[in-house]
Amino acid sequence: MTRDCDRAVTGGGVDIGGMILETEALAKRYRRRWALRDCTLAVPEGAIVGLVGPNGAGKTTLLQLIVGLLPPSDGAVRVLGGTPDAAMRSGRVGFVAQDTPTYAGLTVADHLSLGGWLNAKRWDAAGARQRVERLGLPPGQRAGRLSGGQRAQLALTLALSKHPDLLVLDEPVASLDPLARRAFLDETVAAATATGTAVVLSTHLVADLAHICTHVVVLAGGRVRLAAPIDVSPVELERVVLDELGRGVVA
Amino acid sequence: MSRLALRQFRTSAWTAVVGLALVAAAVVATRPHFVTAARRACGADPDCPAITGLALDNAAARTAAGLVVILAPALIGAFWGAPLVAREFEAGTHQLVWTQSIGRTRWLAGKLAVAGTATVVASASLSALVTWWAAPLDHGAGYATFDQRDIVPIGYALFAFALGLAAGLVTRRTLPAMALTLAGLLAARIAVTEWIRPLIAAPRVVTTPLDPDNTGYGWGGNILLGVGESTLQPRTPDLPDAWIQSVRVVDAAGASLTDQTLRATCPTLETGGHGPAGPAPEAVRQQLHDCVARIGEQHHVVVTYQPGDRYWTFQWWELAVFLLGAGLLVGYACYRLRRGTS
Repeated sequence: MTRDCDRAVTGGGVDIGGMILETEALAKRYRRRWALRDCTLAVPEGAIVGLVGPNGAGKTTLLQLIVGLLPPSDGAVRVLGGTPDAAMRSGRVGFVAQDTPTYAGLTVADHLSLGGWLNAKRWDAAGARQRVERLGLPPGQRAGRLSGGQRAQLALTLALSKHPDLLVLDEPVASLDPLARRAFLDETVAAATATGTAVVLSTHLVADLAHICTHVVVLAGGRVRLAAPIDVSPVELERVVLDELGRGVVA
Repeated sequence: MSRLALRQFRTSAWTAVVGLALVAAAVVATRPHFVTAARRACGADPDCPAITGLALDNAAARTAAGLVVILAPALIGAFWGAPLVAREFEAGTHQLVWTQSIGRTRWLAGKLAVAGTATVVASASLSALVTWWAAPLDHGAGYATFDQRDIVPIGYALFAFALGLAAGLVTRRTLPAMALTLAGLLAARIAVTEWIRPLIAAPRVVTTPLDPDNTGYGWGGNILLGVGESTLQPRTPDLPDAWIQSVRVVDAAGASLTDQTLRATCPTLETGGHGPAGPAPEAVRQQLHDCVARIGEQHHVVVTYQPGDRYWTFQWWELAVFLLGAGLLVGYACYRLRRGTS
């Protein structure tokens, strides 16, 4: 993970070949308000990146730019060496949006069929079925009647069963209780590390990151405050992150 | 991709099937009565005058059936078109489908294939059922039921559906999209009726003398589109199946009869709106008769109309206009959907 925006930490000349995801002076403006400015990041293969920041910091905007749900106002994103659109079409990027949306009227089994229809080339039907079975999601249950944790697991199953090279998760644990939160994150990271998948996940709780992420990006007021590998203890990390956020508030 | 669309459309499809089945049951149950009554009254001749009486006896049912055909496109636009994409935005599921290997355009194409086909099938069946049901009563109706019969309802339905889709993409909310769809459909129907239809074929013109025995005085028009001033009202000439566009009293130079001329020639004419309802007294009628006779010395009646044999020309054109509108709206929807990507 490198950052070379306003206060560069590491050198800008990165090896493009090893990067799963790169952004260059990426910016997004909604009407007159800048949601994200001057964001330059690079995510290497296999990295697990935690994106932290207060509400409205631009986390969702950045993630939606990465998966092509939003067009950038300025700058560029390269995902797997191409445009986000091309990367999504290749099926090599899995995305779980905020609040883990699913079709309330469709059953768990319907959702798995859906994953197959929408990703004919890369869909691991047997793996998806096994995962759902292992997690105890009833196949005949409508998604609207699942608990928040079960729905998050269903959405994650859809994203993982493509065997993605990059997994993007937008506050996947926001609606879960602390126990389910820990279980979900551990499980996600285990699944990702087993296949060498890079992960970018956002959260507003620093505590979520410390034990699972290899890198941290702190976002505040639409700007990257910090982008660095995690090589400190959880307590130290929390202090560093809060320091950065505090500076953002004062500035 | 269409499989997801099919799965999502299942409930809507069943609603349509049940609705059509109800209409079909009503049609099958009531039509034989008209056929028998028409045969009893007229024998083999379908155009005998007694048919008019039969149509009048069943005016309420006929109006209701016409209303169903007119309202169906509005329902299709509001309940199939508007939520098609707006519901995805509201539930956030667009973020789920738009981040899969399938492109947005193909995703939309799948949805359109399913819901669009359903729209055509539903509106065509409904129109066919009602057209067939009303056939024994429709002899001589001409253009009166133009927008409730034959092929134009299919055009209205597809247009409303496409309008709903586009409105849903713009508002991203189902309810406002529904409201926009209904308002837009009403506006488009009025605009096409008022401004596009007259361009399709130049009306035929007939000139007749002003007949004192068959000319009244008063105002006419449409409450929605405004009523005219009180003036002479000649009787509409007998043109079977024709769509009468205008009946005007003009002088030798072709200028319309002005209120000034009318008052100068007939100073005793009622200013209108003050008399009691009911048949006018004999003296008033005689006054009007003399007045019309005096006006008739300088003026005559010009009638513009579309003859009945142009009915199908108008049906095809109306269908084409609304299909073009639907095509443009779908094109806009595709453009808007693609513009969202990088």
